[in-house]
Amino acid sequence: MGECESLGACHLKTLRLTPNFHLGEEPAKGSTEASDRFYDMLIGAHRTLSEPQSHAFNARLILILANHIGDLEVLREALQAAGESQAAER
Amino acid sequence: MLKTYRYPKFAYDTPHELRRDAQALIASTARVAEGPPPYPVVIVGAGPVGMSCAIDLQQQGIAALLIDEDDTVSIGSRGVCYAKRTLEILDRLGVGEQVGRKGVSWHVGRTFFREHEIYRFNLLPEPGHERPAMINLQQYYLEEYLQQRCAEAGVQMRWKQRADSVEVHADHVVLHIRSPEGPYALKAAWLVVADGARSPIRRQMGLEVEGRVFSDRFLIADVVMKADFPAERWFWFDPPFHPNQSVLLHRQADQVWRIDFQLGWDADPEEEKKPEKVIPRIRAMLGEERAFELEWVSVYTFQCRRMPRLVHGRVVFAGDAAHQVSPFGARGANSGIQDAENLAWKLARVIHGYSPPQLLESYDQERGAAADENILNSTRSTDFITPKSPISRMFRNATLDLARHFSFAQRMVNSGRLSIPTHYVDSPLNTADQAGEHFQTVLQPGSPIPDAPLRRNGEPLWLLRVLRQSFALLVAAETAASRHTPKASSALAALANWAAASRVQLLLISPVAPASVSQVSAEKGLCPSVEILSGAGHHAAGEIPSGANPCCEGATSSDAVAGYPPEVYLDTEGLVRERFDLHPGTAYLLRPDQHIAARFRQPEPRVLTEALQRSCGWVSVRVSEHAT
Repeated sequence: MGECESLGACHLKTLRLTPNFHLGEEPAKGSTEASDRFYDMLIGAHRTLSEPQSHAFNARLILILANHIGDLEVLREALQAAGESQAAER
Repeated sequence: MLKTYRYPKFAYDTPHELRRDAQALIASTARVAEGPPPYPVVIVGAGPVGMSCAIDLQQQGIAALLIDEDDTVSIGSRGVCYAKRTLEILDRLGVGEQVGRKGVSWHVGRTFFREHEIYRFNLLPEPGHERPAMINLQQYYLEEYLQQRCAEAGVQMRWKQRADSVEVHADHVVLHIRSPEGPYALKAAWLVVADGARSPIRRQMGLEVEGRVFSDRFLIADVVMKADFPAERWFWFDPPFHPNQSVLLHRQADQVWRIDFQLGWDADPEEEKKPEKVIPRIRAMLGEERAFELEWVSVYTFQCRRMPRLVHGRVVFAGDAAHQVSPFGARGANSGIQDAENLAWKLARVIHGYSPPQLLESYDQERGAAADENILNSTRSTDFITPKSPISRMFRNATLDLARHFSFAQRMVNSGRLSIPTHYVDSPLNTADQAGEHFQTVLQPGSPIPDAPLRRNGEPLWLLRVLRQSFALLVAAETAASRHTPKASSALAALANWAAASRVQLLLISPVAPASVSQVSAEKGLCPSVEILSGAGHHAAGEIPSGANPCCEGATSSDAVAGYPPEVYLDTEGLVRERFDLHPGTAYLLRPDQHIAARFRQPEPRVLTEALQRSCGWVSVRVSEHAT
């Protein structure tokens, strides 16, 4: 698939699209616990917000995460991946 | 009336308490509340949980009395998916073969979003397990098999008798029962309440259940059809044939297919159950040309909630009576049967007098933790499947869009996290790993052990099948090179002596014999010459508050010695070594429910005895005695 297996091999040179949520240092192989917990945190963060507040929240969150990633090549790939997976949109 | 199934009818018999001779006896010996408790355990509710518990107790030498207000099995298919761990328990209870034969085994799940399949998962790619990840079977079949097994095992079953109320006393309960011939009362030392989500006994006792009610309705339709769809779980988010809602399709036995339609909160349950409403929904899904017959229809809502405490003195709650989950993930019946297994060995020990009543506190802790885990997982699934706000729906749909392309998002799609057994990592029965000892495995003290293939005398066997619902010590034999050293032999002899004296089953796991050594001689070479010490339980003398023989099964010297001769098994595929991270000499102490009590790289009788006593509920008793 060309997706990097070890973190050392790719080290943020390319966008990672394989499972990467983890609780400790190592991504838990095959477990959904970490990604489920993140999803829960994300939806929970929006629970008390109005819709305009939610959109503004999302915008701030994207900017924070983008700065954390920093690497423009990775961010360019992320923008592209988000655009490409729009197909099923109604 | 179903087309594919005939409900059995279980006969009502006049209960002992209402027979004329017994009544005369009761009248002559004053009130029923006096005198010794006549029944060690009464179980209310003959569903999968109550019957599993009754069989398990009976297999461990405790007479169980089962009471149910009905006289047949589950009406409708209800619980459908039985997970691997449950099947392993059912094997031990003696109905696993029937369930396996009749049920439909599956391991592939397919997920659709609108018009597209977005991904599929495979539940058990790992070989070396006897049982599959999941079997689908209508609940009435499971109950029928369990009822037959109850009868065979000698469980006393009373049908058409409703437990109206319970009086709780310090060392017994009095149960007031309504039968077709009138009311009567009976006394029981212990009461197991497995009377379902609405639990009349829980209500009568005024006990709370805490958690969330979800404002949604689902329609279940069982249809009979000849279809060549494979035995897979198909889940649709927002399909064209049922827009904005979810749909789940499962294959069951007898060419019966189970379809769950999400309806939304506004749906009228009575209206939705009518065939003229149901049939067009199914036709939209299956296409105009497919012939099918409607077998059974129901509309349900659900809660995710539990009782704060599962044990109330002599009354113990199990299954849906104690905790309820959403159906996504098949965590209802599976966790209930796991409750029953956790409870049965503890209750049996307490009634036999081998463990103090405080052992049941660990049932509350362990199965409470399991309930929390199941509620958490099924709540998350419900939040994903039925988003509660526009922004939540937007993230859900974004995840589904990304899942068509990227594996990270596939893992985030949550159409139900299927039932897996809880690792009791915080259990008071566990002994922590010794300082400096490391195990490269997902297993921890408190974990359920995985299955693995073995061989003995040339015969292929499964690890979980050779365990005999008692405590067991699984020991990794020395490798061929070190086997005959005097040190290794004497260490093994000490373990064999300990196991024999403690009435613990001893399993020696041997690496595959080298090509130059025949299997038989390899097995012989592993049997040490063991001098059996006389006097079971000598190690515990003076350490235990009451009784000289705390952990052992009350055996007398004339009984067969449990740990000797050691049973030697060849680890034919090396999977026991791999899954347990065995080194030569490593020992795992296993509980009767096949969970890990303790493990040691360098086991010796003193630490094993401590671990065994802790796992039997004795150690925490001592701690609390010092505290008070």
